[in-house]
Amino acid sequence: MLLSYLPILIMIGFVSFMGLAVLFVSYLFRPSNPYPEKLTAWECGLAPIGEANQGHFRVHFFVIAILFVIFDVETLFLFPWATLLGDKSISVFLFVEMLVFVVVLAAGLVYAWAKGALEWI
Amino acid sequence: MPDITTIIAVIIMVVKVVVVTQVIFSLPMPLTWIERKIAGHIHVRLGPMRVGPHGILQPLADTIKLLFKEDITPAKADKFLYKIAPLVAMVPAFAVFVAIPFGGEFIVPFTDKVFTLYISDMNVGILYVLAIGGLSIYGIILGGWASNSKYALLGGLRSSAQMISYEVALSFAAIGVVMMTNSLSLVDMVKSQGDWFWQWNILYLPVGPVWFVIFMIASLAEINRIPFDLPEDEGTLAAGYHTEYSGMRFSFFMLYEYVAMVTVSCLAVVMFFGGWSAPIDFREFEVLTPITSISWIYGLFGIFWFVSKVAVFIYFFMWIRFTLPRYRYDQLMTIGWKILIPISIFNILLTGLMRIWA
Repeated sequence: MLLSYLPILIMIGFVSFMGLAVLFVSYLFRPSNPYPEKLTAWECGLAPIGEANQGHFRVHFFVIAILFVIFDVETLFLFPWATLLGDKSISVFLFVEMLVFVVVLAAGLVYAWAKGALEWI
Repeated sequence: MPDITTIIAVIIMVVKVVVVTQVIFSLPMPLTWIERKIAGHIHVRLGPMRVGPHGILQPLADTIKLLFKEDITPAKADKFLYKIAPLVAMVPAFAVFVAIPFGGEFIVPFTDKVFTLYISDMNVGILYVLAIGGLSIYGIILGGWASNSKYALLGGLRSSAQMISYEVALSFAAIGVVMMTNSLSLVDMVKSQGDWFWQWNILYLPVGPVWFVIFMIASLAEINRIPFDLPEDEGTLAAGYHTEYSGMRFSFFMLYEYVAMVTVSCLAVVMFFGGWSAPIDFREFEVLTPITSISWIYGLFGIFWFVSKVAVFIYFFMWIRFTLPRYRYDQLMTIGWKILIPISIFNILLTGLMRIWA
């Protein structure tokens, strides 16, 4: 059981090693000639105004993120249900139960839609 | 002290991981060449022709060029996050391949040992692929934010908003396939599809093709390719989240994008097109019985079919890239939330009814 998860650790370790090794080889060869103009952020050739990472962005990105959390957690509830659906003895019961759940999920989507959370402009 | 079979199993595992990683790591090189050639021929020109015959050594030249490029870190950037972000994007894209089955299993000749052509048959396969594949978003948004550049920040935000929006549709498509196959393991998913092409999930009528279309649209958005490559929209955002990157760190982001393309092609093959199984069941023909009875040939034959099907999908993604224009951002959000998700919810109910009555 646990042995089937061991390759994930090996894979992550090996890929990180490969990435760092490539960066090290690049470090041996590449030039390093920084000067202040080169190290400014690119803004069409003008001097950058203000700090970009203070986080001035549309709040709508945040609304989308909240909607994602709600819907993705709900899809996670559907996964165990989907694996059991082939079992004939309980499939009708499971289906009706999930029908209620999916209708609640759809009602949430309709509410978000009606409130304009899905409108981008 | 673990026993000898466990040690051998771990050694085989390490060898498989190393081989798969090396193949995937070097795969973007031929893919960039193929992509530029396809672009050239679709645009009625030749594509790369100078370096080697038909430009076949072009990716090698590009790699050497990227290796010798200066690694620029903007003065105002968050140094640590800026340097680590490309690795955060790249490593999960590789880790996904632990669960993907490239072929079935066969008996090693002259022994009674079974050799599997996948690294690990996890019982949570598809869930693992979706979860780890989603981690790459962290690399993109960290890279975009840490650059301290407005283009990079907006590119990173757009990218993450787009990817999480379509992640929901992608999960729904995965649920649809799980409902049809009753297993989360990718190996079981392939095995539950038949050996003839009309038994594949794509032809599980009428819901199979709908799930496939939802999956393809969502995965196109997940891998940031045209028509959904808004994060790298050069008309409005310069290069998006990797505007400030150069040299090897830039190429790690490119590597991530190509590996992600291979991943979704593999997933499409495993989930809808029967994985490693051939379109027709060769074992049913009397003439071929001597070949199919030697099961290791049949096992390796599976890899051939798997790679061919994946190649078709990779060509399809490249073909789309040079055929379709780009969507606007509000159109992208409309497609994700107002079209794909309602269709998915309806389709889940339809698939459930089919499973009850079928």
